[in-house]
Parts: sequence; C-alpha cells; structure tokens
Amino acid sequence: MRQGAQVQNEAASRTGETLIAQALKEAALAALIAFGLFGFLVGIRTDQGPTGALIVYPRLQALGLLVGAVFVGSLARALIFGNAPALQHVTLPNAVTDRLRQAARFAAPALLAFALMMPFLFYTNRYVLDLGILILTYVMLGWGLNVVVGLAGLLDLGYVAFFAVGSYSYALLAQNFGISFWFGLPIAGILAAFAGILLGFPVLRLRGDYLAIVTLGFGEIIRLVLLNWRDFTGGPNGIASIPRPSFFGLPFTDTPNGFAATFGLEFTPTHRVVFLYYLILALALLTNWATLRLRRLPIGRAWEALREDEIACRSLGINTTNTKLTAFAIGAMFGGFAGAFFATRQGFISPESFNFNESALVLAIVVLGGMGSQLGVAIAALVMLGSFELFREFEQYRLLLFGVAMVIIMVWRPRGLVATRTPSILFVSGGTPTKGAS
Amino acid sequence: MEYFLQQICRQAPPAGGVEYLLQQFINGVTLGSIYGLIAIGYTMVYGIIGMINFAHGDIFMVGAFIALIAFLTLVAIGLTSIPIALFLVLLIAMGLTALYGWTVERLAYRPLRRSFRLAPLISAIGMSIILQNYVQVAQGARVKPLPPLIEGTHALLASETFSVELSNVQIIVVLTTIALMAIFSWIVANTRLGRDMRACEQDLVMASLLGVNIDRTISLTFVFGAALASVAGIMYLLYYGVIDFYIGFLAGVKAFTAAVLGGIGSLPGAMIGGLLIGLIETLWSACFTIEYKDVAAFSILIIVLIFLPTGLLGRPDVEKV
Repeated sequence: MRQGAQVQNEAASRTGETLIAQALKEAALAALIAFGLFGFLVGIRTDQGPTGALIVYPRLQALGLLVGAVFVGSLARALIFGNAPALQHVTLPNAVTDRLRQAARFAAPALLAFALMMPFLFYTNRYVLDLGILILTYVMLGWGLNVVVGLAGLLDLGYVAFFAVGSYSYALLAQNFGISFWFGLPIAGILAAFAGILLGFPVLRLRGDYLAIVTLGFGEIIRLVLLNWRDFTGGPNGIASIPRPSFFGLPFTDTPNGFAATFGLEFTPTHRVVFLYYLILALALLTNWATLRLRRLPIGRAWEALREDEIACRSLGINTTNTKLTAFAIGAMFGGFAGAFFATRQGFISPESFNFNESALVLAIVVLGGMGSQLGVAIAALVMLGSFELFREFEQYRLLLFGVAMVIIMVWRPRGLVATRTPSILFVSGGTPTKGAS
Repeated sequence: MEYFLQQICRQAPPAGGVEYLLQQFINGVTLGSIYGLIAIGYTMVYGIIGMINFAHGDIFMVGAFIALIAFLTLVAIGLTSIPIALFLVLLIAMGLTALYGWTVERLAYRPLRRSFRLAPLISAIGMSIILQNYVQVAQGARVKPLPPLIEGTHALLASETFSVELSNVQIIVVLTTIALMAIFSWIVANTRLGRDMRACEQDLVMASLLGVNIDRTISLTFVFGAALASVAGIMYLLYYGVIDFYIGFLAGVKAFTAAVLGGIGSLPGAMIGGLLIGLIETLWSACFTIEYKDVAAFSILIIVLIFLPTGLLGRPDVEKV
C-alpha cells in the first residue's frame, strides 16, 4: 500500500512538470477558443446611437474577464482531474448519499408540515405568501408534467398550452356565463384534458423527439391563436377582471355577507391570500395524491414500463397509444386545474404568460427534480423559484443560468439532481422483483 | 385564371393577379433559400446521431449577430468598400459560428452520447436558452437595424398596376445558396470526410469498427452545419435589415419543419423542404392573414410529422431493439 503510494508519488514528480506544461497548453487553447467565441459578441457592444444608426464600442474589460476565467478554470480542471472529463468524476461519497437518503425520508413530511404552517408563520408578510402561492403553482405544474415526462417518458415541450387552455376556459366561462370558480375549475380541467386528447390522438404514434417538437408546435399554435383571435380572447390585451374565488360562496369582501362578517372576523385582504394559498396547496396535494395512486394501478405500471422500453411494452401487448394518451390527458388536466387557479388568482391573463419559456421552466423543474420523483420536483420548484426571487437584481442572468443548469444536469446526472426515481417495480438480477423507493 | 386568383387570394391587386403571385414566388424562393441553409444543419445532425439539435436555430442567430458586429467593426476601423467588407464578414462569421457549433457539441452533446434517449434533446433545449440569453445579455434585447447595404432592383415584368421586381439582395441570396449547396454536396459525395459522414449515418458503431473517427466526424458535421447557418444569418440580416436575439427560435422551427418535410437525413430534401416552407409562408401571408403565418408553419410541421414522417425524400426508419 505504502509502496504503491511511493511509486505513485515518484511517478507524479517525474511527470509533474509535463503535467503542468500540458495543463498550461490546454488552458491556453481553451482561452483562445473563448477569445474566438466571446471576441465579437462580448468584446464589442452595439447600440443605437443618437441618429438611430448602430454604433459600436469595445468592451475589453468584460472580454478579458471572461477569457481569463476560462483560462483559470481550464487550468484548474486540468490540474485537478487530469485528462478525465471533469463532471463525470464528481460523485458524492457513499456515506453522504446514505445520509441524504435518510434525510429524504423526513424531508417530505417536514416540507408538508412547513407548507401547512406557512400562512401562520408569515401571516403579516404578504410578499412571502404570494411567493408561496407562486412556488406551489409551479410545484403543481411540475407534478402534472411529471406524469407525462417523468412517468410515461414522453417529452412534452408545450405543456404551457394546457395551462393556457385551463386559464382561458375558466376566464371566458366566468366572463360570458358568470360561472363561479368552483364550477369553472373542473370544467377547465376537463377542457384541458380534451385538448390533450385532441393533440395526443394523432401525434402519440410519433417517436420521442418528434413528439417533443410537435408538442412545441402545438403550444405555439395555442399561444398565437390566443394572441390573434381578438373577438374571442381579447388578443394581446388578454382578459381582465376575472372573478375572484369565493369561500364556497362567501366572497372575500368587506360586506355583511362576506367571509369576514359571516365568521365574525375583522375584514382584511389577507384572508383571500391565505385562502388562495391553501387552495393551491390542496390542488397540488391532490395532484400528488392522484399521481401516487395512479402509479400503483396497472396504467401507472404501464407508463413506467413504457418509459423504460417502448418496444418491449408493445411486444407484451400493452396498447401504447392508449397508455400514452391517458398520461397526456391526465397531465393536461392537472395543467388545466393549475391554469384555472392562475386565472382566478391573477384576475388578469394574457397570451404573454403562456410562452415557450414557461414550458421550458416547468420542464427544467421536472428535469432538475429527477424525472419521476415527486419530492424532487417539489424541491426543484422551491429551489429554482426561490433563487429567482433571491437574485432578483440579476434578473437578466437568471434565464442564462437556468439554461446552464439544464445542460450541466444532463451531462452530470441525467436522471436528476435532487433525487433519482427508480421504477416502482424493478427486476433485479437476483431474480426477485423488488420495490423501489419513491 | 384571374377570377380564380382573386378567389383564393383576396388581397391580390385586381389587375395584377399573376404578377402579384410571381412576386410572391420570388420572395418565397429567397426566404426558402435561407430556411434551406439552416435545414441542412438539422438534417445532417439528425442523420448522423439521430438527435434534434434544438440549439441550431440559435446558432443561426449567433451567426447573424457576429456578422452584424463584424461588419460594423470593419466600417468603424475605416473599411469603405462594401463588397470587401461583406466578403470579410462572410469569412469571419462562418469561422466563428463554426467555432460555436463545435463548442456546443463538445460541451453539451458529446458527453451524452450514451445517455438515455431524451437527454441530448433536453440538453439542447438548455443550450438554446443559454445562447438566446447570452446574446441578450451581451448585446441587449432591442432590435438591431442595419441600413440596406446592397441596393438596386430589376423590374422583370411590368403591367400598368404592378411590376414584378427582383432585387440584387435576392439574386445574391439565391446564388450564394446554390453555390454553397453545390460545394457541400460535393464534399459529402466526393471527399474522405463526406464518406465518413455517410458511413456514420448508416451505422455509427460499424463505422467506428471500420476505423472512422466518429468524434471527429460528428464534430465536423456540427461545424459545417453552423457555418452554413451563419451564412443564412448573414443573408437574413441583408434581406430583412433587422435582427434580434429571438429570431433563432422561429427560424429554427421552420427550418426543422423544412428538414422533416424534405426527408430528414437527406441533403437535397433539406433544400426542397426549405423552398416549400418559404413559398408556403409567403403565399400564405400574401393570400390570407399575415397574423396566422406562423400558425400555418407550425400546423404544417404537425401535419407533416403525422402523415409524412419520412418526408419527401427520406428513407423509412425501422425501429430496432
């Protein structure tokens, strides 16, 4: 053992110089490439001058900083990891992963308890409550998309379309027919599910990546129709003054038949915020509960089997089209519920809220959370939207960073950063089927 | 004929129906050339490694930006001859955009070659978001206008009410596209590299067993795709005279549609698909509502993928275990 280390040391000292020289060479090359990449786009800035024509001015400091950072980073990487690709070598030691797994068992109840307590802890802090509502909306969207992407393995790049269908369904129903939130909510979900079936029926025969592009196209079509069908959707102006939800018929207003007066409380607008918070929490938990139950049904097993190997599924007689269609429709329905909630919370919706970036954000939450893991998705939504809020002053960089995060996750841990979900039932080589942890 | 045109094309000027359509045809071919050049990048990459390079549209956008900045810089340091400046811009943009293509492949796709099947696509979406926001942060979100550099038009057909015009920009765009297509087709058909590419397209594992350097071939495919996309970016800049950081998304989706329509994996297919998409888009804008022209493009994408997934010139794809 010691001898081995000695030999290694000697070898290291002998090759040390060449290693450093090689690292320097590599870093210089990386810096050169970085200079080529950033030279024009960062090093020179274009702006509209006083006459309206574009003027250019150099921005050498930023360029130098970037190229220098690449040089130093590349040098450090080469010295620490040698020739091996850096990211693949960063794995957590077993003790840490075991500890994390133990912690994960308590994480879900702890998070749930915290989510339930939130309105009491921050009753006076409207900002935190609003942020909580936002995060829970994305948790719900993430869980909804998780059915499609995480369980059934269908990449849906247009999930926001179903969110939009739900939102506009409720908003239009409420405006044109005076339908209340509690009737509008299920209708919005059903209409979104129908939109999912309508799209899914013809396209689900397609292979994974074609399907992704078709869903992207569908999402954009929905957005463009909402934007241009002015008579029906209000076009770019959207729909305003969507009715607020009531407490099962009692409005949150300062009137004798309002919520506060009925329960003998002093009127405060916080009641509505707290109610909205619990509403989205309940909806999200409903999504979670339904997903967990569905996963134990034959259809849920079929989803996971489909994700693992589609051809094997077909050989075993599973109707892949129907299986995919149910996943699509159920995911879309949850998106529709979330959409109806979004409409009633905002009171105003416009096509702006339903662009591709929104789909990408929800997808990133699912990907980062570890596709298929319910807890992972919740944590990813919390971390991602929380950090968006924390770094509000770096707003223009946040999308950039979230793109970087997506690439790094895929390269480093493609099954997700926060948690990895194994199939509910996995056939291990020992011969006994075992139940995977959820 | 005249009546028929008026029926399908309600916006056509009454006296110049045929001329009007001919003009739209010319515009459509120009636009289609641009889409065709971008589509080559999609079709080559898909043909070889079977992935949709979602960031390719943004590579096109980066090419347009590099061209714009390079041109303005050359003018700022005192170059007055526009043809020389444009030639230099072409070289710079092709070279640097190719570097972007290489880097993107190296960082975001190569490590994923053995990963699960959706991983490269998700990584590509991440890369697309990175490129868009990188350009937005570096150059600002506002549109970048450029005054027309190549002026002059030729009247081809003139009636009393409408004259069909062919501008010099359109001639340059179409001729450049034809030249590049010819060069690239020659490379694929006749060089060692082209043979490697075709070998990889047929069977990646077998090609590597027979001594084809797969990594190098794939890298070079990305490099060529990016270089062609950058030329498309320059042409877009010259033709429309205005770019912003978001042009890559729509152009990318349309070029991808073109690649699928022509038969993904097929070079002439990409060009034919590009021309068809360009024509459909311009004729749609001319005849129906311009607001829905992107809806038309996306609908064509969906319809083609459902009913004609192998495209016009593509081979049927057999799914293997």
